[in-house]
Amino acid sequence: MAGLLATITVSHYLAVGAFFFVTGVLCMATKRNALGVLMGIELVLNGANLNFIAFGSQYLREETLGLDGQLIALFVIILAAAEAAVALAIALSFYNAHSTIDVDQGDELKG
Amino acid sequence: MDTSLLPILLGLAVLLPLGSFWVILLAGNRLGKQAATVAVGAIVGAGVLSFWSLAIWLVHYYPTESGHGTEHHDGGLEHGHSDSDGHSPEPHALRSGHAPARAAADGVSGPDTLTADLTQLVSLATDDAHGVAGPSPAEPTDGESAPQEARGPPFAGDYYTLGLFGRMRLTIGYYIDTLTVLMFCMVTLIASCIHFYAIGYMHEELHDVTDHEVTLSSGRHLTRPGRFHRFFQYLSLFCFSMLGLVLAGNIAMVFVFWELVGICSYFLIGFYIERKSATNAANKAFIVNRVGDFGMIIGLMALWTGLGTFSFGSVDANSNGTIEADEQGMFELVRPGPDHHYRVPLGMALAESRKEVATLVQSWNAEAARSGKRLDKEELHQRLARHAEQAGWLEPQGDKAPRGYWWLIIGGVGIFCGCVGKSAQFPLHVWLPDAMEGPTPVSALVHSATMVAAGVYLVGRFYPMFTPEVLWVIAVVGCITLFMAATIAITATDIKRVLAYSTISQLGYMMLSLGVGGWAAGLMHLVTHAFFKSLLFMCSGSVIHAVHTNDMMEMGGLRKKMPYTAYTMLVGCLAIAGVSIPFVVGFSGYYSKDRILEQAFVFMQQNHSVWGALFFYAALGGAAITAFYMFRLWFLTFAGKPRNQHRYDHAHESPKVMYVPLIILAVFATGVAWKPFSWLPGSGLHLAALLEQARPAGVHGDLTGYWTRLVWPDEHFAHAPEQFYSVVVPVTLLATGTALSGISLAAVMYLWGWLSPGDVRRRFPRVYAFLWNKWYFDELYGFLFVRPTLGVARLVALFDRRWIDWVVDGCASLTRAFANAWEKIVDRGVVDGLANLFAGWVWSIGVWFHRLETGRLRQYVLYLIVGFLALFVLVSLFWSTTLAGGP
Repeated sequence: MAGLLATITVSHYLAVGAFFFVTGVLCMATKRNALGVLMGIELVLNGANLNFIAFGSQYLREETLGLDGQLIALFVIILAAAEAAVALAIALSFYNAHSTIDVDQGDELKG
Repeated sequence: MDTSLLPILLGLAVLLPLGSFWVILLAGNRLGKQAATVAVGAIVGAGVLSFWSLAIWLVHYYPTESGHGTEHHDGGLEHGHSDSDGHSPEPHALRSGHAPARAAADGVSGPDTLTADLTQLVSLATDDAHGVAGPSPAEPTDGESAPQEARGPPFAGDYYTLGLFGRMRLTIGYYIDTLTVLMFCMVTLIASCIHFYAIGYMHEELHDVTDHEVTLSSGRHLTRPGRFHRFFQYLSLFCFSMLGLVLAGNIAMVFVFWELVGICSYFLIGFYIERKSATNAANKAFIVNRVGDFGMIIGLMALWTGLGTFSFGSVDANSNGTIEADEQGMFELVRPGPDHHYRVPLGMALAESRKEVATLVQSWNAEAARSGKRLDKEELHQRLARHAEQAGWLEPQGDKAPRGYWWLIIGGVGIFCGCVGKSAQFPLHVWLPDAMEGPTPVSALVHSATMVAAGVYLVGRFYPMFTPEVLWVIAVVGCITLFMAATIAITATDIKRVLAYSTISQLGYMMLSLGVGGWAAGLMHLVTHAFFKSLLFMCSGSVIHAVHTNDMMEMGGLRKKMPYTAYTMLVGCLAIAGVSIPFVVGFSGYYSKDRILEQAFVFMQQNHSVWGALFFYAALGGAAITAFYMFRLWFLTFAGKPRNQHRYDHAHESPKVMYVPLIILAVFATGVAWKPFSWLPGSGLHLAALLEQARPAGVHGDLTGYWTRLVWPDEHFAHAPEQFYSVVVPVTLLATGTALSGISLAAVMYLWGWLSPGDVRRRFPRVYAFLWNKWYFDELYGFLFVRPTLGVARLVALFDRRWIDWVVDGCASLTRAFANAWEKIVDRGVVDGLANLFAGWVWSIGVWFHRLETGRLRQYVLYLIVGFLALFVLVSLFWSTTLAGGP
């Protein structure tokens, strides 16, 4: 139980971040539904965000990134929003073309 | 008005035509008629400068009457020379400083026949001239002891040194004496007249010209743009070349201008370049001259080997006031002061005794080496000079010539070879009649003032270098030429060809005169002949301009149509025939030709040899024939009835710009040898006296050679008062008699018709054919030289095609085969193979990779992950703190 009472360090955050990341990646790799893939992407991005926040926090580490970490996280959030908008548009268009949003159906770009 | 101005003035006179040449060359056709203005301006400017120089010369060295005098041959200077040779200052008199003393000494001893005022003038002039050299210890102060003659020194100097090659100094130099100045005046005056005349003669060239002598393959005549500007451009270059040649101070420069004159004549003879005959004539002139120039180059090499200098006069090159050994000119080396007698220069003697010199030098070197020294070049040269002196190498051994004598002969004959080519002497005279293909003003220029005059001028200029043996060669060549050309002229019917042969004949006269010792006579004839021959040519041009044919058989009676041309030409004929009232007055040809005949006569008297008689009687016979064919020409052209009515009707007098030069030249042809100021007491100003001032030091006095026993009499001998009745009177009467007989024979045959030329022709068919075919010279040369050359050329061409081509073709096919093999193996195999191999690899890699491109999104994500992991593993494995920039 001692582990649960130990002080929260960067490593804990990193572990959670890695968990999100891996979950996100698996989600991207396994989901056939385009919306599921999108969610996986969000998870990956947020896992990365968690890392930035952790490295940027002055309570957790001496050699902190400082405000840079938070700012990068902010950028990533904005990017994620933009990306979600574009991706949803793609999904709609995909649906128009294929009457489904199963990404496995969109293999016309096969080399 | 100092004599130091002379080189500048004359140098400018040379450069003006060159400037005109460049202006016309660069401006080209745009100038139009202004080309003539430029060229005329340049040559008239040169003429003004030349006469300015003559004036300066006369102010300083006015020729004076020496007291004796025959009726007409009273050159002022002859008398004083017979007793001493010392009158002639050395070429460097102006700079060396000791000449004034000698001149003064002459003055004391010389006979005094001058009136006081003129003496004053003369002594002033000499004072002024000597002023350049600094104070003189024995300047004549009173009129009584003034110099008996005012004789200018030759001015020799350098404008610019081109280079020093060992002992050889290559410079742009000048050599100025009265001969130079007179030639300048003569050339520029005649050339100016010819330029003006050419404006009229060449006016057709201002527009497109249809050449009726050139038929194209389409059957029509050639029409081409006019070449007015080009004509004047060449004329300017021609004048530049000739003036440069006359001014040249060394033989190398002479050679350069010599060739320039040659190339200009080539351009101008071939002016109607579309005519085959014109290009042939131009080639002939150029090639024949090459033959002569080949000899000239040999002569130049011989002279340079023996003398080590090209310079005529001694030039104080380092300006230290004295002439050192390596600054001496050729004349000084061959005829050293003070007596200016012939001496074989040391260099030539050493060159002939090369073996002895080698042993001597070897032994001296060995001797010096034993005592541990080394002899430098200077020391060796001095020892050789001493040895040559002691061993008597420079002296004639009994009857044998001194060592190195034949080097002088080779040099002299070589230089004369060049003159034979340029002055159209036998056997290289064949180019000159063909040179009639050029426009007539060119003929006039080539045949009077420039090209052919150059040869005679050079013989005159080079005179101190000629040994008696060379003079003999010159005389023989001149003698053959004058007689041969005169006889050919009898039968010619082309008006310009008659004049061409007449020119050759007159040049033969000059050469003969120079060859028998008549230096002043020959050069005087050069000047007088230049005037009347240019006049005659321009008159014939005027006639051709009017009737558009050269054939005299289609002329006749033109006197009424073109009076100016007819009577100026009559003056020319009278001048060339040497007509005179004996001992009173005559045309210019009378004075010069009589001098030549007198010299030949004296030569005959003093040598009881067949040569003397040959020279004199050939000259005399030539004079008669000259008179005959010149008046035949005049009667056929201007007298009698027109033989071609159509041409006669179209004939007209030439425009003013053409006949005014004729009148000017006629005036000079009449009176150029007169004494203009004979009413002035003591004035000896006339052509002969001026030339006499330029007489090279040491060439007067009797001469005899080693290999010939002939004696070359002093030219002044004939004009001594005591010889008046034994030489002058018989020769003058004989000459006048022959001239009159020639003229009357012409009148009998062609004016009055008492003797039909056709009958004479039928009576002597062989002689006629011989003369009509010009002594078969062209055929002979064709047989001797042209055909063998062509035969050899054909053989060589065969060899070329058979063997040389075979080798060349073989090389070519070898190269081709090699190239083919190379292409197959190296290029296609190695280079292309490598490139294709890589391309194949890249292709197959691409093909392999495209299998990854499944189009399935989730698979891509898998790749992403795999790649990311791989990167992660790699970085983890190879990570190090140094890579990250840590400690």
